[in-house]
Amino acid sequence: MSQTVFAPWADPDQKPLIRFENVTKKFGEFVAIDDLSLDIYEQEFFALLGPSGCGKTTMMRMLAGFENPTSGRMLLAGQDIAGVPPNKRAVNMMFQSYALFPHLSIWDNIAFGLRRDNKPKDEINARVEEMLKLTRLEKFARRKPHQISGGQRQRVALARSLAKAPKLLLLDEPMGALDKKLRQDTQFELMDIQETTGTTFVIVTHDQEEAMTVASRVAVMDEGRIIQVATPADIYEAPNSIYVADFIGDVNLFNGTTSPEGDDRYAVHWAEGHPPLIATSAQPFSDGQSSHFAIRPEKIAISTERPTETANVLQGKVLDIAYLGNISTYHVALPSGQIIKAQTANTRRISRRAITWEDPVWLSWNATAGVLLDR
Amino acid sequence: MKRLSWFNVTSLTLGFAFLYLPMVLLVIYSFNASKLVTVWAGFSPRWYGELMQNEAFLDAALVTLKVAVASSTLATILGTMAAYVLVRGGRFMGRTLFSGMIYAPLVMPEVITGLSLLLLFIGIGMDRGVLTIVLAHTTFSMCYVSVVVSSRLMTFDRSLEEAALDLGSSPWTAFRLITLPIIAPAVISGWLLAFTLSLDDLVIASFVSGPSSTTLPIKIFSAVRLGVSPEINALSTLMIGIVTIGVIIASLISKRNSLRAQNDAQAAERATG
Amino acid sequence: MRRFALIAVPYLWLLFLFLVPFLIVFKISLSDLALAIPPYAPTFKDGIAEMLRQFDFENFVFLTVDDLYWKAYLSSLQIAFFSTLITLMVGYPMAYGMARAPEEWRATLMMLVILPFWTSFLIRVYAWIGILSNDGFLNQLLMWIGLINEPLTILNTNIAVYIGIVYTYLPFMILPIYAALDRLDESLNEAAEDLGCSRMQAFWLVTIPLSKNGIIAGCFLVFIPALGEFVIPSLLGGSGTLMIGKILFEEFFNNRDWPVASAVAVVLLLILIIPIVLFQRNQQRQAEAEQ
Repeated sequence: MSQTVFAPWADPDQKPLIRFENVTKKFGEFVAIDDLSLDIYEQEFFALLGPSGCGKTTMMRMLAGFENPTSGRMLLAGQDIAGVPPNKRAVNMMFQSYALFPHLSIWDNIAFGLRRDNKPKDEINARVEEMLKLTRLEKFARRKPHQISGGQRQRVALARSLAKAPKLLLLDEPMGALDKKLRQDTQFELMDIQETTGTTFVIVTHDQEEAMTVASRVAVMDEGRIIQVATPADIYEAPNSIYVADFIGDVNLFNGTTSPEGDDRYAVHWAEGHPPLIATSAQPFSDGQSSHFAIRPEKIAISTERPTETANVLQGKVLDIAYLGNISTYHVALPSGQIIKAQTANTRRISRRAITWEDPVWLSWNATAGVLLDR
Repeated sequence: MKRLSWFNVTSLTLGFAFLYLPMVLLVIYSFNASKLVTVWAGFSPRWYGELMQNEAFLDAALVTLKVAVASSTLATILGTMAAYVLVRGGRFMGRTLFSGMIYAPLVMPEVITGLSLLLLFIGIGMDRGVLTIVLAHTTFSMCYVSVVVSSRLMTFDRSLEEAALDLGSSPWTAFRLITLPIIAPAVISGWLLAFTLSLDDLVIASFVSGPSSTTLPIKIFSAVRLGVSPEINALSTLMIGIVTIGVIIASLISKRNSLRAQNDAQAAERATG
Repeated sequence: MRRFALIAVPYLWLLFLFLVPFLIVFKISLSDLALAIPPYAPTFKDGIAEMLRQFDFENFVFLTVDDLYWKAYLSSLQIAFFSTLITLMVGYPMAYGMARAPEEWRATLMMLVILPFWTSFLIRVYAWIGILSNDGFLNQLLMWIGLINEPLTILNTNIAVYIGIVYTYLPFMILPIYAALDRLDESLNEAAEDLGCSRMQAFWLVTIPLSKNGIIAGCFLVFIPALGEFVIPSLLGGSGTLMIGKILFEEFFNNRDWPVASAVAVVLLLILIIPIVLFQRNQQRQAEAEQ
């Protein structure tokens, strides 16, 4: 029955591999990281997610040793690493541009870090061969970086940064330069490699899908602060703010005021002349508190007849249909003027679907389908 | 994040001091009252006055300017043609020889160019004078112009010309209305380069000039062989001053143009976004 | 028709004013000195067959016999080689500093390097006469500090020639190296540091190899013109300074020995062909690498 789930963050006895303690980083007047605290555990695949300029790259560069915090402490396995230069840290980085040395062969690129440690020659050879095998690059060892494809280059960068068996591997937008199809394959490959090597990975990305796919936990960042740290499922299903809800996936928002209805149930008064929405929330809201109700499009059912047994029912008119093959997104205009997105899986062939443009439709969902947010 | 270390700062400071101190000293001592060039005896613009009286220098300056204007204009026309042939000419008989003749003068020692041209002029019985200097200067500076213009032509989007042809222009009209305006900055810098090369040239002019056509560098050279003279200092200061003002104006213009382009782009973005 | 004219005009110009003069130089280098106008024989007037019959390599043999010439070639090579090396050592740190300078300074620094290009070469060389002479600024300064009691003789020695070449050709060294360093991705250095290099190691293992093409281009741009230099040795050098450009000039104007001067030019050209071809190959490789 009981299966051990990998969740060291939930175990108070676990010691974090990395600990940020009230870290602030300023560049002149600009505050890149603002009083940030965070724990990352061994063997985690941790994603820093946010728009460009949110401070995620600065966090990574501080971990690598290219920047030092203006204030606060950074601990790696319990040791303060402030002031330790990058070449003395058991941390390696995979650069966004890959930063492969163009004058060296793939083999020499991978061996570069090992040679700096003055390891014996056969040990270096064995390790490089191992890395080439891990990343399926054996055939390309003698080529120069400009003689291989983008995907292969990405794997060389990975092999090079893993060669020294770092305690922590940093990946800066590792798939930014790949096209979509290749990116998906690479994501799974990356997860495999992370599992095989047992290395702790910290990945920086602005691609929410990528973060959701690969990471054990995701930290959503904005303006130098962490907004939420949670597993991908929690980030998606239980965002703690409009910012997170909106950043990850699509969301419909209703702004209004709450009134408690008992049993964690609240009514959200969102527009004159419309019945209040009923939602549940573990977090208490007071009477008359302004709040935001967020619901994902796929949680909204769309029908031509009024459903009877759901807590929330709204009527509207179909404005637009985006047909994406596996799913369709309906843009429905409510009488209040607000446009709501509802998504359904296309389990039937096109000709048999009933709803089309200008149709009056009913939107409905349960009280537990969305979340109530106070910010 | 790049960091300038003390080493970088020191090497830049010393390097630029090395590049500029000699010229600064020259400028300062051109205002020296004393005839003894290295002993400061108070400020005086006296040497500038004497320079203005020196007709030999003024004549030489006039010859030099004439030669420079004529040869740089000719070189710009020929060099632009050569660049166009190199980049857009396609295949023709002796193309390799042609490109060789464009690049070779750039690395040719001036003594050899000067000697060979002089021997040519003597061989065909041409009297040495302003015309021979113009011909000589045109020949080597057209190669510089063609290198400058062809590097611009190479980065130039060929489909622009093709669009003009597609819309019904003749090749000549397409060149005049599309290509020329776009490569114009390169053509202008080519002209300026040819102009300075001509102003600057001593060795080739020494070979091909005649008694009636002494250029300023020849005059200066024969004067400075006898040592430092305050008049030459004054003349040098004038020349350095003109160049500096010219370069500063040119860089201000290009800065203003790029600023304006930036502002326009921003305004356009605001208008549409 | 237009295309023909477009090609023909610059082509003929260069043929007539660049290639033909060379052939003339070559022809005269095979002739003998004569008391005539022009001062060599044979000429076309003697008929082509007669002319060809009289051609010989006497002048070239003379160049090897008279030690003035081969010493001048050797000394030119030596001066050009060492001044290129010194220019590299002065220019590389400057280019490196420029490439690391803040973005907003770069245009200004670049202009400061280019500005001397536009200033008269002759004047820049001349400026050093006043500095290096016995009562010049350098000696005044050194004596004032108390480093020396007697003025040093620098002007009219090879040292002055070295200073002059380094000074005038420094921008040629800086610009290609700066261009190479400017293109260099900073993350390559960071990657090297991340993989365990110290700053210094990263510089030798990454920065230097990757700016190699710039270094090579800069060295040739200094070496090639320095080899045939005339103005610098005649203004700053002494009677002991042997440089082939100066010899050629003097041979032609002072001795009026056209055939020997032509032979000197032909040999100088043959020596120059090697670095020129190497330089072209480097430029080509660089252009290919960029694609």
